Amino acid sequence: MFKPSHHIIVGLELGTSKICVVVGALSHEGVLNIIAVGQHKSRGVRKGEIVDHDLASEDVREALRQAEEMAELRIRSVYLGVTGAHIKGFTNRGRHHLPPPERQVTEADIEDVGHNACALGLPAEREVLHVFRQHYVLDGRGGILNPIGLTGEVLELDVHVIHGHSERLKTPINLVRQAQIDIEEVVFNGIGSSLAVLTPQQKDLGALVIDLGAGATEYVVYAGRVVRHSGVLAVGGDHVTNDLAYGLRLSQSHAEQLKVEHGAALMAPEVRGRTLALQANGLESDTVSLENLHRIMSLRLRETLDIIAEDVDRTGLLSFLRAGVVLCGGGARIPGICQLAQEVFGLPATVATCRDLGGQAASLDQPEFATGIGLVRFGATRVGQRRSAGLMARLASKVGGLLNKTAKP
Amino acid sequence: MNPAESHPLPEETSAPGPRVKIVGVGTAGLRAVEHLAARAAGALPLAVVHTDARLLQQCAVAERVLLGEALTRGWRAGDPDVARAVAEGETERLQALAAGADLLLVVAGLGGSTGSGVTPVLARVARDQGCLVLGVVTTPLELEGRHRARQAEEALRRCHTAADAVVVLPNQRVIRLVGEDCLLQEAFDRVNDVLAEGLLGLTRLAAGRGIVSVGFAELCETLRGRHSESVLATGEAAGEGRVREAWKRVLACPFLGGAETLAQAQNVLLWVEAGSLPLKELSHVMEEAARHCDDRNILMGAATDPALGDRLRLVLVGAVHSHADAPAWTPPPEDPETEIVERPASSAEREPPRARRFVPPPPKLTPEETARLFAENKRKGKQRKTASPRNVQFMLPLEVVRKERFEKCDPTRYRGEDLDVPTFVRRGVRLN
Ligand SMILES: Nc1nc2c(ncn2[C@@H]2O[C@H](COP(=O)(O)OP(=O)(O)OP(=O)(O)O)[C@@H](O)[C@H]2O)c(=O)[nH]1
Ligand SMILES: Nc1ncnc2c1ncn2[C@@H]1O[C@H](COP(=O)(O)OP(=O)(O)OP(=O)(O)O)[C@@H](O)[C@H]1O
Ligand SMILES: [Mg+2]
Ligand SMILES: [Mg+2]
Repeated sequence: MFKPSHHIIVGLELGTSKICVVVGALSHEGVLNIIAVGQHKSRGVRKGEIVDHDLASEDVREALRQAEEMAELRIRSVYLGVTGAHIKGFTNRGRHHLPPPERQVTEADIEDVGHNACALGLPAEREVLHVFRQHYVLDGRGGILNPIGLTGEVLELDVHVIHGHSERLKTPINLVRQAQIDIEEVVFNGIGSSLAVLTPQQKDLGALVIDLGAGATEYVVYAGRVVRHSGVLAVGGDHVTNDLAYGLRLSQSHAEQLKVEHGAALMAPEVRGRTLALQANGLESDTVSLENLHRIMSLRLRETLDIIAEDVDRTGLLSFLRAGVVLCGGGARIPGICQLAQEVFGLPATVATCRDLGGQAASLDQPEFATGIGLVRFGATRVGQRRSAGLMARLASKVGGLLNKTAKP
Repeated sequence: MNPAESHPLPEETSAPGPRVKIVGVGTAGLRAVEHLAARAAGALPLAVVHTDARLLQQCAVAERVLLGEALTRGWRAGDPDVARAVAEGETERLQALAAGADLLLVVAGLGGSTGSGVTPVLARVARDQGCLVLGVVTTPLELEGRHRARQAEEALRRCHTAADAVVVLPNQRVIRLVGEDCLLQEAFDRVNDVLAEGLLGLTRLAAGRGIVSVGFAELCETLRGRHSESVLATGEAAGEGRVREAWKRVLACPFLGGAETLAQAQNVLLWVEAGSLPLKELSHVMEEAARHCDDRNILMGAATDPALGDRLRLVLVGAVHSHADAPAWTPPPEDPETEIVERPASSAEREPPRARRFVPPPPKLTPEETARLFAENKRKGKQRKTASPRNVQFMLPLEVVRKERFEKCDPTRYRGEDLDVPTFVRRGVRLN
């Protein structure tokens, strides 16, 4: 058993294919241990959003119960992961004129420029999830991480803002609340996954994390240690399955099975003309074209990655990603997906490993768990920040305030 | 002399046992509790919950809770969803109902509105308060029709999620005992008998005062882990050969559904009571038990109760591995005319026949693996319980939605294209 002095941090992902609860214990020394997971098949979620409240609620409760049983504690609050087509990221610049005569940057200026950067002018129905500090710009000179003490006229700050539709965010929030669970913070799944899979070096060198889920694909760009870009495409493994079901004239579940057992992200020349015998009731009744299976999948997957590449390329960041593309989510298991990503992005691509899991939790190192584990990491960072002052901590409390607003029914 | 002094209370009562409370929900639950009140001495805390004011008024049970008065004006809920909403709106009253109890037995007939809607909410509320919650529910007769069967099925699913354990008494099984000729009321009376037997048995077992003690703690151990099926059976006999006869009744108990069910039990609690209990008989009980279930899984407790005279009574509670292909209860089959075929027209002709549906695999972390992984966090020697119910959970063929996957959500649009349409279709790629 872990000591009561440990801080318990719980991450909850309401995924399209599975509900996943990850429990971490953060020691006073700042060591995070994953001590339990609970998961349940997800029946009430499509494209990352809840479509059947009751089913989702049951599944969540069951996953929570499992995690509680394993951790031998009562879960009271969670870091809730959210995703969906309504979630958008953009970069905003705040500007502040340094007052004469000194024109030297002080704490107060940092605060003012931070405040201005958070003035987003978003439509009323949008709710802010995250505001990540990027870099300061002093009189047009960018890339400054800490401008205190520097002198100039105009101080600017770039922040990356992730926001969502407030009504659609309320659905998962209310569902969790109804299970008598408090929400510490609402976190974009893509951020969670990135925290789980990127090392500090990768964040510094520049990396694109793509979480290929069942219902949605999230992507986040880190470079120079900060979040540079993020987005969601409401296309995922379900689309692959659906394409196969349609094209090969199979039921959804049969298509899912073939996808997992015989799928590939690229068309290999040797599958030309090959077929698969379908097993039905133990009899070989029918065949399906392996060539078509791979063709359908590779078309869908290439299109998905193309859309992401185009979006990231627009930001001009693609050539700065020296650590390449890191893939997670169940889709990262598809054979050939790294090679496909390499082709599409022109960058090295790897399947993620969840870092620093160590010892007994090492078998949690599976691409599907990235989000859940990352949510716990996010929580651990927050707990750390609460002990320190500075802009990030203030932003955290600001975001916390926004959450409260979001959460009101 | 004061009568209390001449009959001093037995010593155990100074350390009170677990507090058991029985709550009947809906008409069937109310009738079962009334029946119980008539049979058992007034010692048991009983309560009834309903949305029907008239029935509650006529009911003799002391603690009566009328739900949804503002909404349904005391005229029954009429629909399980309404009943559920009503209960969720009045959770404080349900909390008060469960307050102070260690074991809550919730009795209801599933299939109507109140029992189906309120039972899961009550179970959840009580469980959240720390009660061990056991649902004791009936499923409708076949003649009651598909609608009720479906409502009961839905409610049962919810009960399984909300309660620690649920024991199911299919009313149809009771009919088999009484024969098709009896009156409906007689049949329900017989159901109430069986329910009362079961409830009393559970109460005695939980109290667990005996020469060989099993009790509340063991009951918790056996029943927590809701995703196993739970079984309950009772049997009583007197005279020569009473052990064998009592066992025969246990196996015929309509709660149980036959000896096969018992054979699958992974944990069995067996409670034996008699006026006097010779060791020889006790070992006979165990021998019989070993014939019907894996005796490594049996935990036995025994007590003597002079009031029983010549009779011997068995109460059995167990958790059973549910088999995907042998569900405990299935609603009656659909008429072919009304069956809704939910598959895309394009694939209708060639939908390959399949024995079982394929469920996409969860991330490759088996429950056993997980359990082993975190074994260090667990109490030593008690892992058997946590591993198996989850195991069952993942083997169950959970519903795979057969409708078009994206029916319930907004289409994904990108540059005027609907990305939900297969890429190869939009690109005009011909398959060969
Ligand atoms: N044991 C018993 N079961 C009954 C009795 N009456 C009905 N049932 C069974 O219980 C099921 C549910 O019926 P009720 O209990 O009347 O329904 P309810 O939950 O009170 O719901 P509403 O009357 O619609 O508010 C029926 O489908 C029957 O199978 C009874 O008197 N005793
Ligand atoms: N070996 C495999 N080959 C192809 N696809 C796979 C494989 N393994 C898993 N998948 C797919 O991965 C998806 C599940 O991934 P994941 O668990 O990351 O999604 P999720 O978190 O439930 O969904 P989301 O984040 O989109 O809401 C499913 O669509 C599944 O079909
Ligand atoms: Mg996911
Ligand atoms: Mg995802």
